[in-house]
Amino acid sequence: MGERYNIHSQLEHLQSKYIGTGHADTTKFEWLTNQHRDSLASYMGHYDILNYFAIAENESKARVRFNLMERMLQPCGPPPEKLDD
Amino acid sequence: MYLYNLTLQKGTGVTHAVHGNFSGGKQQEILLSRGKSLELLRPDSNTGKVHTLLSTEIFGCIRALMAFRLTGGTKDYIVVGSDSGRIVILEYMPAKNALEKVHQETFGKSGCRRIVPGQYFAIDPKGRAVMIGAVEKQKLAYIMNRDTQARLTISSPLEAHKSNTLTYHMVGVDVGFDNPMFACLEIDYEESDLDPTGDAAQRTQQTLTFYELDLGLNHVVRKYSEPLEEHANFLVSVPGGNDGPSGVLICSENYLTYKNLGDQHDIRCPIPRRRNDLDDPERGMIFICSATHRTKSMYFFLLQTEQGDIFKITLETDDDVVSEIKLKYFDTVPPASAMCVLKTGFLFVASEFGNHYLYQIAHLGDDDDEPEFSSAMPLEEGETFFFAPRTLKNLVLVDELPSFAPIITSQVADLANEDTPQLYVLCGRGPRSTLRVLRHGLEVSEMAVSELPGNPNAVWTVKKRADDEFDAYIIVSFVNATLVLSIGETVEEVTDSGFLGTTPTLCCAALGDDALVQVYPDGIRHIRSDKRVNEWKAPGKKSITKCAVNQRQVVITLSGRELVYFEMDPTGELNEYTERSEMPAEIMCMALGTVPDGEQRSWFLAVGLADNTVRILSLDPNNCLTPCSMQALPSPAESLCLVEMGHTESTTSAGALDDDAPPQRSGSNKGTIYLNIGLSNGVLLRTVLDPVSGDLADTRTRYLGSRPVKLFRIKMQGAEAVLAMSSRSWLSYYHQNRFHLTPLSYETLEYASGFSSEQCSEGIVAISTNTLRILALEKLGAVFNQVAFPLQFTPRTFVIHPDTGRMLIAETDHNAYTEDTKSARKEQMAEEMRSAAGDEERELAREMANAFINEVLPEDVFSAPKAGLGLWASQIRCLDAMHGQTMFSVSLTQNEAIMSMAMVKFSVAADGRYYLAVGIARDLQLNPRISQGGCLDIYKIDPTCSSLEFMHRTEIDEIPGALCGFQGRLLAGCGRMLRIYDLGKKKMLRKCENKHIPYQIVNIQAMGHRVYVSDVQESVFFLRYRRAENQLIIFADDTHPRWVTATTLLDYDTIAIADKFGNLSIQRLPHSVTDDVDEDPTGTKSLWDRGLLSGASQKSENICSFHVGEIIMSLQKATLIPGGSEALIYSTLNGTVGAFVPFTSREDYDFFQHLEMHMRNENPPLCGRDHLSYRSSYYPVKNVLDGDLCEQYLSIEAAKQKSIAGDMFRTPNQICKKLEDIRTRYAF
Repeated sequence: MGERYNIHSQLEHLQSKYIGTGHADTTKFEWLTNQHRDSLASYMGHYDILNYFAIAENESKARVRFNLMERMLQPCGPPPEKLDD
Repeated sequence: MYLYNLTLQKGTGVTHAVHGNFSGGKQQEILLSRGKSLELLRPDSNTGKVHTLLSTEIFGCIRALMAFRLTGGTKDYIVVGSDSGRIVILEYMPAKNALEKVHQETFGKSGCRRIVPGQYFAIDPKGRAVMIGAVEKQKLAYIMNRDTQARLTISSPLEAHKSNTLTYHMVGVDVGFDNPMFACLEIDYEESDLDPTGDAAQRTQQTLTFYELDLGLNHVVRKYSEPLEEHANFLVSVPGGNDGPSGVLICSENYLTYKNLGDQHDIRCPIPRRRNDLDDPERGMIFICSATHRTKSMYFFLLQTEQGDIFKITLETDDDVVSEIKLKYFDTVPPASAMCVLKTGFLFVASEFGNHYLYQIAHLGDDDDEPEFSSAMPLEEGETFFFAPRTLKNLVLVDELPSFAPIITSQVADLANEDTPQLYVLCGRGPRSTLRVLRHGLEVSEMAVSELPGNPNAVWTVKKRADDEFDAYIIVSFVNATLVLSIGETVEEVTDSGFLGTTPTLCCAALGDDALVQVYPDGIRHIRSDKRVNEWKAPGKKSITKCAVNQRQVVITLSGRELVYFEMDPTGELNEYTERSEMPAEIMCMALGTVPDGEQRSWFLAVGLADNTVRILSLDPNNCLTPCSMQALPSPAESLCLVEMGHTESTTSAGALDDDAPPQRSGSNKGTIYLNIGLSNGVLLRTVLDPVSGDLADTRTRYLGSRPVKLFRIKMQGAEAVLAMSSRSWLSYYHQNRFHLTPLSYETLEYASGFSSEQCSEGIVAISTNTLRILALEKLGAVFNQVAFPLQFTPRTFVIHPDTGRMLIAETDHNAYTEDTKSARKEQMAEEMRSAAGDEERELAREMANAFINEVLPEDVFSAPKAGLGLWASQIRCLDAMHGQTMFSVSLTQNEAIMSMAMVKFSVAADGRYYLAVGIARDLQLNPRISQGGCLDIYKIDPTCSSLEFMHRTEIDEIPGALCGFQGRLLAGCGRMLRIYDLGKKKMLRKCENKHIPYQIVNIQAMGHRVYVSDVQESVFFLRYRRAENQLIIFADDTHPRWVTATTLLDYDTIAIADKFGNLSIQRLPHSVTDDVDEDPTGTKSLWDRGLLSGASQKSENICSFHVGEIIMSLQKATLIPGGSEALIYSTLNGTVGAFVPFTSREDYDFFQHLEMHMRNENPPLCGRDHLSYRSSYYPVKNVLDGDLCEQYLSIEAAKQKSIAGDMFRTPNQICKKLEDIRTRYAF
């Protein structure tokens, strides 16, 4: 019993420390939104991917970075309606 | 297969640039982040030229870079945010010419992650604290201080985290000596994540949040937060304390806002727009970068818009309360990723793409007729100011740093028939695109060329006095005469120099403090400063055949074998040494080193004899002219040269003018004496000469050319260098802790000497047939010499017409207008202008409209208009790369985008002609990817490649992403379909199809019956074409997903793959796989057996993996030097050109593996990223050794070098030689 409790608290600790750590009730939407935010942040961090986007879109790098930031607010649209069960 | 990664040309794109006094002197330096390397530049304020002091690879990804200075300090430190999960503070050590890690604090995981800080930096302007932030949630503040020894200390981190909050930018607010304050642009997504209606996301406002670091409580508090009206992209800190009002400028779409804490109300000003702009009218305008200039009395900001227009921004204050923002159009330069204003009045612009520029700020734009916009001017909501862009008025271009970034694709080929292949590189974006032809070599700038009255044999320059800065005479020797030219404003002949003009000259030089010496066949002429002449006549019938001279010594040979030695005594007389010495064979050449500072003589004489030896003779008065050592040579020596090279300070001392520079620098690290031996068979040997015993050791060999090698000692950047002349001229010099032996990109020269005058402080005077040339080498350290030819749109791909060597280049731009649409739009706007005008203004309106139509701003500076999403412009251009002439170009209609191109011979046509197949996408939208289908255009190329004949267009329902010739037909990847087309009369005819590629085909290679198809995200599929059944069968694939950018076949079973995340991997089909398929009689197994998860039944094997760190855009198996072996050449988006070199022996591999291991331990990467984990960022590194890390061995401290060498049971010299050997065997 004690061990079980322990694992539970460890998980909670992880979930609060690392955004996106899954739990039993993670919805598809949450998971996807997290994936997208992670990807977008990674694109911004890797300068050559940013260059790649800037060339493909023919926009300035600052604009591409700004667009990526803007997409992070809601990368996958609004969340689905919660079904009350 | 084992490979060795070698960077030939470091990345040239700049991601960040900061300036400061990093060396602690008065001069300002610029530190550039080139993505994965740091480079320190020093602009010379006199000449305006930029010199590179240092360039270091850091084996990590630099995400943020800042300079800071502790309060009251004189030296700037550098703080680097990278993917290492660590904060690293660096200091530049001018004495060692190295960046050193002062502090390294770990705070998180490595990698570019969402919540690990490293993306943003903010510095307290007083240098007391630094904040490092992640994209989401985390922010850490570190307090910086000094300890009792005045060393920099760093505190433990203070957290300022806030979950569910994204950060756009952060900046340190200048609050004087109050508690440090940081301003962050933030947005909270918590609510919008919970609201299914989507209203919350619409409602969510970006906030400007101030964080205060309470130095007393050692705690960070969220001081104040305020929602903003529109989303901003960056902040600029405004000087505070005694210098200004403090606060921040918020740059958001279309608006610039000033905000501060306290009573200050916001000041808002719209961003001015270009008058009559062709841009999409819906587009907003943002500022992309800024530079702040502040002195004690004033400050201003330079802000650059997306179009490249720079505005000068000043703030009007009223009792430390800002009342007005003033904007003035300053000038237009290419869009930058960073700008720096230097104290000396220079503006450094690190372009986003393409070359970087250094401008001198000639005017501050204070008193011209340019209109000034102000926030106080009344404007309707949504309205803005207009200005007219113009050519540079306030800035003067002084220097240009070439940059290849972005390299879209490249190819190694010898189109110019020069026996050394050239590198053809498509660079740049939009109107700043170029085709660059790169050749290995130093660029030579020709200062002067003058004809001489005959063919001279030799040339020298001499100074009148030893301490003169510049040379006084150029002496040219002919077969039977000597010509003396004096150097002044002009170069003209003189007769009063004291030199004997009626005889050929063997050598002349300055002697002692103020005398000159001329050695000619009949004697030695010693010319004193008061024009007294002492002559030493050759005895009897003997004549002088060879000689060697330095500042104090003269050695001559009489009749071939006899050596006579002279030395200058303290009174300035030349005294002959009593004994002469007879050599065992005829003397071919001799050399003396320069006299070291504070010594009487050079201690050794090197003599090359006809018996294929070089001997070192001692010049010590106690045992003068006695032999010390000897080295046998493969063929007779033609020329010798003794030089001292390898001062670590040599690179900086040239430009360093700091008055507080320590005087011991020249003696701080003595160089080594090298004996360079030029052989008659065109080989150059470089041997180390022991300064005490005169022993020769550690010989390096290099083949230079077909003619005997002549050597000349010259000065380069204040240090000695050797100019070696064979059928090509080479310069051997020491630069940034490494030896370079680089060919000069110039015609063959015969004789040369150093040259120094007011116009050209470090030049070369050389002769070539009957001309005298003055040359300068400015770009030391550059690997490639480049010729650039401009293009109109972003180049995508090119093919080379094999018969003529002409290039067909596909250019395509998104968000752009074709020429036709552009002129139509212009016409339309002009029409609007005319019709909008009232009766009385009609004439004026017409004039304005005409002026508007006729006005053409060069787009390479002023940027092409941004047409809007989903608008494409394309053209096909035929270019003669030798002359840079565009032979013809074919424009496509608006919104047709060239996606692929291939040159094909069709067997049905049976005409032996080449055809150009062009894959075009129509009305393509990038994200999400939607298109109106595509088409395949076929052009017939005439045999001389001087025109294209349009054959027909074939409509297809998908985007043709890749094309490839295959057995006299065309392979096309249309979306996810792989098809074989054959040439028809009116259309291409579909012959065969495979539908099993998962997403989208981006690359096709073919060899024999095999086809290697790359998917956009699922790596490579191996297909076999079965002619009898007319089937394309996938028989093997890769086990990993790879987002392929480039591939190349290494052999029938092996393919090299590069992906979008900067990895290279090599996949090989195991033996079992190949046999199975070729012998499977029905092919049914491969056809029906789908294996696991619908993959192919057989898998390729990964044999090499390596993370390069930049996106590789082209891969090619090629040789770079004549006689060299093949290597895998790659070029990356950020402008790196490199090679993967195969190891030929297990022994070499073991050696470098050990060296790499020791280097990882002894010399961990500068910015804290673990080398092994960096190279394994995506896939574990496999069978590839990192030559870039191994080569850092050359620049680490001698003690460390020794200890590593000891561990490997070798000497440091042996290791250096190995490193040099593997490089020169494959590349340069």
